[in-house]
Amino acid sequence: MTDIQAPGSPGTEVPRSENEFTVKQRSQTQLILRRFLRHRAAMISLAVFLLILLWAFIGPHLWHYSYQKYTPDNSQAPSAKHPFGTNSSGYDSYAQVMRGTQTSLKIAILTALGSTLLGAVWGAIAGFYRGIVDAVMMRITDLVLTLPLFAIALVISSRTGGDWYWIAIVIAGLTWAYVSRVVRSTVLSLREKEFVEAARALGASDVRIIFRHLLPNSLGPIIVNATVLVATGILTETALSFLGFGVQPPDTSLGLLVSQAQTAVTTRPWLFYIPGAFIIAIALTINFIGDGLRDAFDPRQQRVRQ
Amino acid sequence: MSAPVQAAAPLPPLPGHGGTGEPVLQVRDLVKHFPVMSRGVIRRRVGDVHAVCGVSFDLHENETLGLVGESGSGKTTTSRTVLGLEKATSGQVVYRGRELTGLSRRQMRPLRRELQIVFQDPYASLDPRITVHEIVAEPLRIHGRYGPGARDEVRELLRLVGLNPEHGNRFAHEFSGGQRQRIGIARALALRPKVVVLDEPVSALDVSIQAGVLNLLMDLQSELGLSFLFVAHDLSVMRHVAGRVAVMYLGHLVEIAPARELFARPAHPYTQALVSAIPLPDPRKERARKRITVQGDVPSPIRPPSGCRFRTRCPKFAHQLTESERTSCVEQVPELIDRGGGNPVACHYAETVQLL
Amino acid sequence: MTTTSSEGVRAGAANDAVLEVDGLGVEFPTEDGIVRAVRGVGYSLGRGESLGIVGESGAGKSVTAMAVMGLLPATAKVRGSVRFEGTELLGLPDGRLSDIRGKGIAMIFQDPMTSLNPVYTVGFQIAETLQRHHPDLKARDARTRAVELLGTVGIPSPERRVDNYPHELSGGMRQRVVIAIAMANDPDVIIADEPTTALDVTVQAQILDALETARAETGAALVLITHDLGVVAGHTDRVAVMYAGRIVETGSVEDIFYTPRMPYTLGLLGSLPRLDREEERLTPITGSPPSLLNLPPGCPFSPRCPMRRDVCDSDEPPLRPAGRDSHLSACHFAEELVDTGAEQVFDTAGADSEALARFADATSTGQPEEDSL
Repeated sequence: MTDIQAPGSPGTEVPRSENEFTVKQRSQTQLILRRFLRHRAAMISLAVFLLILLWAFIGPHLWHYSYQKYTPDNSQAPSAKHPFGTNSSGYDSYAQVMRGTQTSLKIAILTALGSTLLGAVWGAIAGFYRGIVDAVMMRITDLVLTLPLFAIALVISSRTGGDWYWIAIVIAGLTWAYVSRVVRSTVLSLREKEFVEAARALGASDVRIIFRHLLPNSLGPIIVNATVLVATGILTETALSFLGFGVQPPDTSLGLLVSQAQTAVTTRPWLFYIPGAFIIAIALTINFIGDGLRDAFDPRQQRVRQ
Repeated sequence: MSAPVQAAAPLPPLPGHGGTGEPVLQVRDLVKHFPVMSRGVIRRRVGDVHAVCGVSFDLHENETLGLVGESGSGKTTTSRTVLGLEKATSGQVVYRGRELTGLSRRQMRPLRRELQIVFQDPYASLDPRITVHEIVAEPLRIHGRYGPGARDEVRELLRLVGLNPEHGNRFAHEFSGGQRQRIGIARALALRPKVVVLDEPVSALDVSIQAGVLNLLMDLQSELGLSFLFVAHDLSVMRHVAGRVAVMYLGHLVEIAPARELFARPAHPYTQALVSAIPLPDPRKERARKRITVQGDVPSPIRPPSGCRFRTRCPKFAHQLTESERTSCVEQVPELIDRGGGNPVACHYAETVQLL
Repeated sequence: MTTTSSEGVRAGAANDAVLEVDGLGVEFPTEDGIVRAVRGVGYSLGRGESLGIVGESGAGKSVTAMAVMGLLPATAKVRGSVRFEGTELLGLPDGRLSDIRGKGIAMIFQDPMTSLNPVYTVGFQIAETLQRHHPDLKARDARTRAVELLGTVGIPSPERRVDNYPHELSGGMRQRVVIAIAMANDPDVIIADEPTTALDVTVQAQILDALETARAETGAALVLITHDLGVVAGHTDRVAVMYAGRIVETGSVEDIFYTPRMPYTLGLLGSLPRLDREEERLTPITGSPPSLLNLPPGCPFSPRCPMRRDVCDSDEPPLRPAGRDSHLSACHFAEELVDTGAEQVFDTAGADSEALARFADATSTGQPEEDSL
């Protein structure tokens, strides 16, 4: 008898014993999901993004050329054999773009995860304790925000040798501050809620209050921000690699591919435009997904029904 | 885990305050001020909100003490300060001979098992992201009591407050207001406390639902021998649940008496006005009633009136007292003592009046 | 489900009605379907009469009032008829409706801040209302009248207060200003929607007095919407009890309070703790009001009703005479409630007694005593 009658299913017989449950409302999660599913641009973007993701990670196992293997064909235009053509050394561009997309996505996702984790915890602690702790932590955040991202990234990545995770760590180390600001302001309002006071009255420790109550309730803004950070990660990686401070050959990334192709823009345009198009596609779809999530989480859209 | 043992002797009881049995919770001269800060870059303290000013009362074993007052009376602040959720500016709170004021959070923690609270807003006081089972289990987890068998314990708690234990895997928003308040009560009972502060537990509920929660609370108290500090603005609810009632006005306790006597023969002009102002759901009685009405609104607790804080609205002060009698109202804060009516009342010119 | 006026609430003399509401229905389309907030409400209000509309949250009390005033959002679908002094208001163009609002029917809301404009002084706002319906009134005279009105509703030193902005006044004062505005144009009907809910009890008493004064001055009829049965007992002649978007019982205030003929009313009265008597036990109504979305057929109260029988689940009972002339009840078994107390019908449930006994047992014996104390 644990079934609840969904409000949208007319005619379903409500068991008598369940009459206490007549005030049914959709759960928060259901509401958010529903609104997200209705956001057309976000749904299309999500589909496209997932396709790119699958293609980049599964594709290399199915494709008969490796991104590291020369082929006998040099500088060929796209054809059935080489859908994205080949470059002057004979590398298959299709395999390279797949690999590049994979590396770029790995960097972007790790960046988003890392900076979200650090930023959320940092912001939650600052917002929860307020006062001196908050002041000191937020000044550090401000400091990080003022650091010129590129200068730092250039210095650090030139010393770490271009492994993809190092690049991700560097970018995350400079972008978490945005997340921490958002989470802090959310926590500042949440900490005044009675359920937090209730936890305190039960004798809950600060750690418990922060991780059990405050952070889960800040999930909305955190998720929205994480999404946007994936896009930031992609674009920053591209820029770094383009400048030669990102991923180093023999590995490759979208940024590196674009950079390597810059001399061939006119002669072998496919080498430049195809990875470029992937960068744009990924950044765009992520931003639309972020928009959709933001609209879905935005409480101002929530209608309170009497 | 063991807190340093304070002098474990209960304080002497307050004279004339009534109540039977061992005092469980004793509050003496409790004061709570909130600073008022100036605006701008450099924030200076420009004044204080005098929320609670020298409140004293005893809560006895197996007793419901009602704390009643309008908004700004300091009743909620009193209850929070008693539980250590707000730091007292001065004064003492003694639980079974142990002083609570000044305890660190760590020292306070084992005592949290004995002193619990049910909040007013059944919507805001339950975390929307965790299941009802987890909400009720949280106190057990916090105090390291979530062992084998705890699942059944939680189910038993849900059953106890009149909820279907099968509903433990749902979230708070799936329940109605009354059911949520029951969840809050189950959570407060999980650690088997001795004292429960009920902060306006039914004021957010519709009357037909409110009655069920009141019945539940009264059953729990009589069977489990709990002591309730029941904070509310609704006098009818007070009359129904409380053994003794303490009336607060602008941070002061103005009258304390057994519920029956307080409503039958209120002595403080403010209590009289409160009793008069409650409409009776009985047309004939309601239209035939004698009333004592007051003027205006509650003054600001930042600059409360001198002397008796009620004098600015007091009908007695305005219409009955002579000029010389009024001087004591303006200059002296009336003490909360028995003035011949049998119960302590903080009015220089207290007289009992029959209103109902 | 439309209630015709013949079974609606009738004034003593039918022809003397200032406000007649008939078969009023309001629906709100929402994402989840149509919410039928009001389902066939009818009443008629005699000149100078006062009608209390009571019910719990979500019963449709406020929506009914808003529909009468034509203040519902455009998405709402309103059916039925609302006649003010014989003029049909539903479907009237907004301009014509504005002429009637204020002068014919005035409204007082729960939160005075929603009806007062924060950027104008209260005097200006009263004068504006006056001049809206009396364009030739001079500014000086309007101001004098504003001061007079403020005095009438019990604002001390009105000649100073007239120049105050709403935020400079306390909640009680603001509500008085709203009452002053409502009575400014000598309306025939005042609709007060929970006018005292946001206020402390001592202030509530003052506001109700001010409202009585306003009525005495203008001779207006009053529709008082509230969830507080006590307020209704003292201030209205007749009462309509609403539940799930309908009037389920109506009659004189004495009929409703002393001889209720609808289980819901009976339960509501039994669940009220009373200041004037010692009750052993309250009688809560179990469950919650139904969702007005996809309301099942039958009596909407039947899921919570201890008297429920099979017919209650299939047929929604119409309002029909139950006792004295104007006393109507929407219950199939209204007759069974003659001389019946709430405690005879409703359970006085509290804690689950078995669980409570087990819990009490465990607390006294099984509980390992804490070492820390």
